[in-house]
Amino acid sequence: MAAYKVLIVDDSKLARMSIAKALTSLQPDWTRVEATNADEALALAKQSPFDIALLDFNMPGRDGLGLAADLREMSPDMPIALVSANVQQEIMHKAAAVGADFLAKPLTEGALRDFLSGAAARLNEASR
Amino acid sequence: MTQPTATVLDELELDALNELVNIGVSRAANSLRSMVGRQVLLSAPKVRLVSRPDAIELLDQSEASQLVAVHQVFEGDITGRALLIFPETNSLELVRAVTGGELPLEDIIELEQEALAEIGNIILNGCLATIANMLQRSLKMSLPEVLRGRGPAFFELDPPPEAGDVVLFLYIDFAVSERDIRGYVAMLMDMPSLEALKVLLVEFIERSTGQTVSPSDASH
Repeated sequence: MAAYKVLIVDDSKLARMSIAKALTSLQPDWTRVEATNADEALALAKQSPFDIALLDFNMPGRDGLGLAADLREMSPDMPIALVSANVQQEIMHKAAAVGADFLAKPLTEGALRDFLSGAAARLNEASR
Repeated sequence: MTQPTATVLDELELDALNELVNIGVSRAANSLRSMVGRQVLLSAPKVRLVSRPDAIELLDQSEASQLVAVHQVFEGDITGRALLIFPETNSLELVRAVTGGELPLEDIIELEQEALAEIGNIILNGCLATIANMLQRSLKMSLPEVLRGRGPAFFELDPPPEAGDVVLFLYIDFAVSERDIRGYVAMLMDMPSLEALKVLLVEFIERSTGQTVSPSDASH
């Protein structure tokens, strides 16, 4: 399987460390890049594109949904997940509208595994 | 009066606490959402460790009018008070939103106290239960009590703290879509509880990141 480059965006260092831990244990060969807010994430994405993005929803500045929409514009097929404890219907609908999966916080390794394997399958399909 | 609050919790511990509160409040917002049938908007939380007088001043600066708070005491490894605070002018609107807006004003006024206590109970319990679960501890919650007044009425409740005047002031705004409702969640605890919380946060960080925090950081 290809080694993908994953963008992790969360204003909480702990949340980033926690996602990184799960990601490393599931996919030790994949590359992780971390950003603390939407602007930083977009700047990084402009420098070099990512294969997969995991975005926190509730962040100072622009939220994860706004960021997801911008990333979607840059990379129409990129698997994106919005990670949040805010399971209100409106948020989940908006995530679906920008083509992002919704993963509940605290993120479990099982939920991340399911998302990543779906994402890898889609990327694999797209590259054929 | 000012104490070296910044040194009680280090940067990563504050970050972890912020994240716990974020998750707790986000879940509680979903409960409020199902009660009022409208989306509940949340700000990114700010956790600040401040003295009691500073907490009063913070609230004074951001709110000009009379306030209502639903107050609950929590007890366990950490003991403290949790408050859901909003402008008094929002109070009837909140009750109206929860009861569906069909009731006449007299009924809403009659229901106000009870409805506020219940709303507070659901939000504060949802928030604290999530935090307690993630810290792998249980907390006992008192019955909700409705308070009216301003900062001093909420932050200088009897009995006064036995030790230390440092309080943890969690600050998160919420607003209800299409309704003129907004407010804050605040939590107060004294030094011994803050020190107990620090130990629990260190354990939580280790579980979440798989990294060991040096023992010298774990205790004070």
